Amino acid sequence: MSVSQVNTKTSTVESRQGNIKQSVFNFLNKMGIIVVVVLLCIFFSILSSDFLTWNNIVNVARQTSISAILAAGMTFVILTGGIDLSIGAIVALAGVCAVYFTGFMPAPLGILCGILVGGAAGYVNGFLTSVTKLPAIIVTLGSMTYLRGIAYVITGGYPLMVESSLFKSVGTGYLGPIPIPVMIMIAVFVIAHLVLKYTVFGRNIYMVGGNEEAARLTGIKVTSSITWVYTISGICAGIAGVILAARLFSGQPNAGMGYELDAIAAVVLGGTSLVGGVGFIVGSLFGALFMGVLSNGLTLLNVDYYWQLIIKGLVIVFAIYIDRVRRKKG
Amino acid sequence: MGNRKTILELKGITKTFPGVKSLDNVSIDLKEGEVLALMGENGAGKSTLMKVVCGVYIPEEGDIVYHGQKVSWSGPLEARKKGISVIHQELKLAPNLTVGENVLMGADVPKNKFGFINWNEVNSRAKELLESIGSDLDPSRLVSSLSIAQQQIVEIARALSIKADIIIMDEPSATLSSKEIDKLFSLIELLKSRNVAIVYVSHRMEEIFKISDRCAVLRDGKYVGTLITNETNENELIKLMVGREIDTSKKKMAQKINRKGTPVLSVKHLTDGNDLIDGTLDVYPGEIVGIAGLVGSGRSELLQTIFGHTKAKSGEIVLNGEIIQSKNPRSAIDKGIALVPESRKDQSLFLELGVGENISVLKVPKNTTLGFIKRKVIQELEQDYKKKLNVKTPNLAAKILNLSGGNQQKAIIARWLSIAPKVLLLDEPTRGVDVGAKAEIYDIIHQLAEEGFSVLVVSSELPEIISLSDRVYVMHEGKVVGELTNDDINQEAIMTYATGGKLA
Repeated sequence: MSVSQVNTKTSTVESRQGNIKQSVFNFLNKMGIIVVVVLLCIFFSILSSDFLTWNNIVNVARQTSISAILAAGMTFVILTGGIDLSIGAIVALAGVCAVYFTGFMPAPLGILCGILVGGAAGYVNGFLTSVTKLPAIIVTLGSMTYLRGIAYVITGGYPLMVESSLFKSVGTGYLGPIPIPVMIMIAVFVIAHLVLKYTVFGRNIYMVGGNEEAARLTGIKVTSSITWVYTISGICAGIAGVILAARLFSGQPNAGMGYELDAIAAVVLGGTSLVGGVGFIVGSLFGALFMGVLSNGLTLLNVDYYWQLIIKGLVIVFAIYIDRVRRKKG
Repeated sequence: MGNRKTILELKGITKTFPGVKSLDNVSIDLKEGEVLALMGENGAGKSTLMKVVCGVYIPEEGDIVYHGQKVSWSGPLEARKKGISVIHQELKLAPNLTVGENVLMGADVPKNKFGFINWNEVNSRAKELLESIGSDLDPSRLVSSLSIAQQQIVEIARALSIKADIIIMDEPSATLSSKEIDKLFSLIELLKSRNVAIVYVSHRMEEIFKISDRCAVLRDGKYVGTLITNETNENELIKLMVGREIDTSKKKMAQKINRKGTPVLSVKHLTDGNDLIDGTLDVYPGEIVGIAGLVGSGRSELLQTIFGHTKAKSGEIVLNGEIIQSKNPRSAIDKGIALVPESRKDQSLFLELGVGENISVLKVPKNTTLGFIKRKVIQELEQDYKKKLNVKTPNLAAKILNLSGGNQQKAIIARWLSIAPKVLLLDEPTRGVDVGAKAEIYDIIHQLAEEGFSVLVVSSELPEIISLSDRVYVMHEGKVVGELTNDDINQEAIMTYATGGKLA
């Protein structure tokens, strides 16, 4: 037997069958959040006859789309062990810029510019984090403030109205029976899933987050991986910003306040570890759905908004605690 | 020995984890003032047993009899208060606090009449404790400024601060130099003379024979026997541990190595930015070259500089006759240099990822279409290497976290073999690896050399260096000071060079 050479013809059929069983098990184990979302839906549909109607389902999906897209970008960042507090500000800035550019160029181009501004803001975050080695929480705390400042400067503090009907349709239109924001959300998650699961870049993200030193010693480009995850988070925030502006018919410099925290909550609910290296993009989608379903259901039950906040906050802490306990057992 | 009082008795301890019977009806006793070596391969249940003793785990069956009374700990805190202290392999000190604070951490901290901490009293009590074990460490120093050996002394003083009757030491010598180990041993003698019972967990045979009174052996979660140390020998002990005979001292068949041609790797006066090293050495095709030296002599630093993990300041690295620049690990890997680093957990493993992903990490970037991984190719590669290196894992998707040290190390070696390196650098390849896997790793290294690979091995274990190497370089204070070939390689010669002496 030669240790140095590998026989590539070895059959892998047996192992594949084992893998399927294993992966079903892994899936259920990781995806406790899906079960929770389903239970929550059953709960609300028993209590309210309005919950399980097509209109309401579409409504929930549309309301969730923005926070889900933000959570997708945030998942990349958190997988590397980082955090991005600036996405709420990027939502505002990208929305404002997209509306501003659409004022003197075709809407698709203006929208693209808005998204690119988001990506650029994210790139700066990533560059500062990976090159200066400042903690991500500090870098993005800073950019959270200066990016919103830029948004205020551009608009002078007033909302910029959207004139283009094409632009508006990004937030309010339908593709067949499905709202366009929901279509965008699905596209974002499909791409994110493919990237994380099947590309070298995706694997590198898990490795950098799991053990940065080992990643460096195996020749993984740690710095560029980190720069890229923040850029991706910025692009996702840019997309969310455009959708939000289109739904509000205006680019508002004070839009998206506190969205970063909802996104972080969704990612953590979805089972991604804040330490990095462990997580799953589909989990983040359901984490966001969980929050969307919860506030929708509570509204249908006529629960006062102030009380909704209290319930939401407590449920998040409780859900994450349960998840920890379950994981420790497994 | 016989008339000593038994301080701790474990009777029929059984502890299961989902799917695994980690401890199966284990009974062991510990006497006052003795050193009991706890032996066994990795995964034999040593640490589980110790965690039962110190209250981290609660056994399903069996009794713990401590000072003649049946006890059941509510948690590690209670066990500690009752006098059972653990010194972990990775020291658990607060680096940004002072020595004094660390020593008294967890003990009753002296307070003044307002309920505030009385710092003068803290420091003087810590000083007393440190002096009682012959150390003159200043209690007001920050722990982060201490060497590993000094930190260990702080740990021991901390154990004594709560009047420990039993101190469990988990591989205490793993990160110590031989001089520091001697110090540790005289400290252990001192503790013995005060009737403290010590459980000593280690893989190093020489230490066991030097320090312990009895050796208790576990195998696959079962207790297999206790030997009186000075009535047994290494082979008997190993046989008991692995249940079969293993010859770790196997010397490679003297293979003719051609040292006339071009060396595969030639390093000339390589220095690093911190002036820690100045290394010169050659490695020829099919040769296993050992680097010996005391801890801190710059062996690991030399490997890391060759690999580009540390920036070189001056000097040359010549690979197959061609001068190369190791700017970073990436470029070294591209040139065909592989490094299995010293600390598996910190520098090699992606603990939360699967065994397969850990093996294939270097090959993945080279097997893609449009950035997407060719999963089939990669899976086959992972399968093959798993088989070739006999990595024991339920499947390739299992987290590498759950494997024993030996199997983790084999997976890491597989990772580096996958790029068919021109030269393989191994830094402490068998640290924290059990005897059985150790022999397997030796076989792998020998086999690689037979296939023409060049291997450079750093090890602190002299028997390992001696049995593996065709040629040995010895380092002292950052410089390569000696070179020994074939039959000239022996413990005395290496130690002479390593301590700065000259061979007559």
